[in-house]
Amino acid sequence: MSKFEFPPSIKSRPVYGTLEARPGKHHLMIADAEGAEAILGIATPELMANTHIIYIPRGTDYADKLRALNPAQFYEGPTYAASVTRIQRVLQDAHMGLQIYLTGTEGLMGQAQNEAMQAGYPFSAIQTEHRGSTARRMQCVHCKGITEDVEIDPFVCSHCGLNLFVRDHYSRRLAAYQGVCIDAEDPGNVPPSKGIYE
Amino acid sequence: MTIQFNDETFRDDYTFRNSDWAIKRFPFPFHEDSYMYAVNMEQHRGGPEGSVYEKRFDVDEHYVAEMRDRAMVLADDPLRCQSLPHMTLAGWDLLELIMVSKSEDYPDLFELHRDGDKWRWINKPLGIDDSFTFMDETTLPYGPMEYITRQTQGDFCVLDQREDNLWMDAGIVTTQADWSLDFDIGMNFFEWHAPVPLAHEKGIFVRALKFLLNIQQGAPARRLNWTMTVNPLLDTSPENYHKWGVQKTTLTPENIGQKQHLRVELQSFFRLPRSNALVFPIRCYLCCFDDLMTMPKWGRRLHRVIRDLPEELATYKGFIDNRPMMLDYLSKYDDGLPTSPGVFPDLETEPPLKT
Repeated sequence: MSKFEFPPSIKSRPVYGTLEARPGKHHLMIADAEGAEAILGIATPELMANTHIIYIPRGTDYADKLRALNPAQFYEGPTYAASVTRIQRVLQDAHMGLQIYLTGTEGLMGQAQNEAMQAGYPFSAIQTEHRGSTARRMQCVHCKGITEDVEIDPFVCSHCGLNLFVRDHYSRRLAAYQGVCIDAEDPGNVPPSKGIYE
Repeated sequence: MTIQFNDETFRDDYTFRNSDWAIKRFPFPFHEDSYMYAVNMEQHRGGPEGSVYEKRFDVDEHYVAEMRDRAMVLADDPLRCQSLPHMTLAGWDLLELIMVSKSEDYPDLFELHRDGDKWRWINKPLGIDDSFTFMDETTLPYGPMEYITRQTQGDFCVLDQREDNLWMDAGIVTTQADWSLDFDIGMNFFEWHAPVPLAHEKGIFVRALKFLLNIQQGAPARRLNWTMTVNPLLDTSPENYHKWGVQKTTLTPENIGQKQHLRVELQSFFRLPRSNALVFPIRCYLCCFDDLMTMPKWGRRLHRVIRDLPEELATYKGFIDNRPMMLDYLSKYDDGLPTSPGVFPDLETEPPLKT
């Protein structure tokens, strides 16, 4: 599957790379949905012998393929929220020489990166590769509610119901883009929604 | 001089007013008849007597009312004041800087008595007389940064310095030009400025960062920034934009002179001694168009600046829709005469408006 090329943007917007197997004692790979393809792309028996994969399928059927790689540890989680305590536990035990790989949707990578940063990993040392949906995790600047998997702009805040414009301004700490009321100066005048990258 | 503090509001009935004294010392931000982004830094070591540049932390007639407004904003939304755990030491640095500066610069209003780490702080305008132990958070009603900035006009960003960058790791932000501390906290210098148009391409932020990283103790710097605000609303936050944004549509040719305010930020930068953090106070001054026009030089110049401002900037600053109405108003105060260089009004030497 071809990778999506994000258009150039402002400097707070994250930039993702391409995973590569790096030397390390242990490897933690966290992925969702099509992120599995990026792991399959770099997996070798030697790498997998020291790898812990945490995977959230989100309706895809890659889990068996990842399991077949025989990683040292494998966990299939139903949602990111259900997996986060395991991620925190693994990071808490991590030693020098751990390599972290994040791949899949922006929401998954952003949230897992945040956990790793809180555990003391500089974000620049964490590898990322975007795969799959380009939907965004959005924070409403007004009610602070998070709406997951936003694909259109403008969109309706799932919490307070305001019509929000999708900004490229991104907070690593919140792992979210910012949504701002689009019709504040002319209530009700909301342009028709279209895909964020249309 | 003794300052007469105004009893006024920055919301609802908007009773905020500038006295003649406040108009005359308003930090008009345009030193020439056009505007484009620039780093425009200068040393913050005093200025003309009575000007807003004279003291390290300017106190004016709006002090008491502004602090009342800040307390209301914080009661509604405590996330306007945040400090990441490693920034507490910088908060003490800031408390010391402000208490020392204000007690030296305004001895009739503020007193600081120190006996080792036993400190007593007297703030007469706000009726505060607190004794506490310096560096012991349990002896203050708030964290050190919040305690002192609830008593100091202007927003404060406290920036950690590491990896050759500045990180927005603490702040109190209640008089902002539409940006969110809660969203931006933890970002580096380029990230929190990411939404600003044109300036990145001009290399402004690279040069500004290089300058700021090298600011030394005892050698603070300052610059001005500006935008436009309808009504004297201090808290133009993104959090509340869905409530205040509609006020921009209430301008009419009849009320624009009273409702439309030029909003100027006096930004200053101080190195803090223990933490090596940089504190970035952003002090907001508001002045309505009618009051600005009492200075003929400012009337001529404001018209030319607003008329010739690039569209991206008028959009970013949020007044593109109102610009035509502003120009209708301002053009009446521009007789085409030349203006003297510099920001000061030069009321005695500049010619009155030709009618």
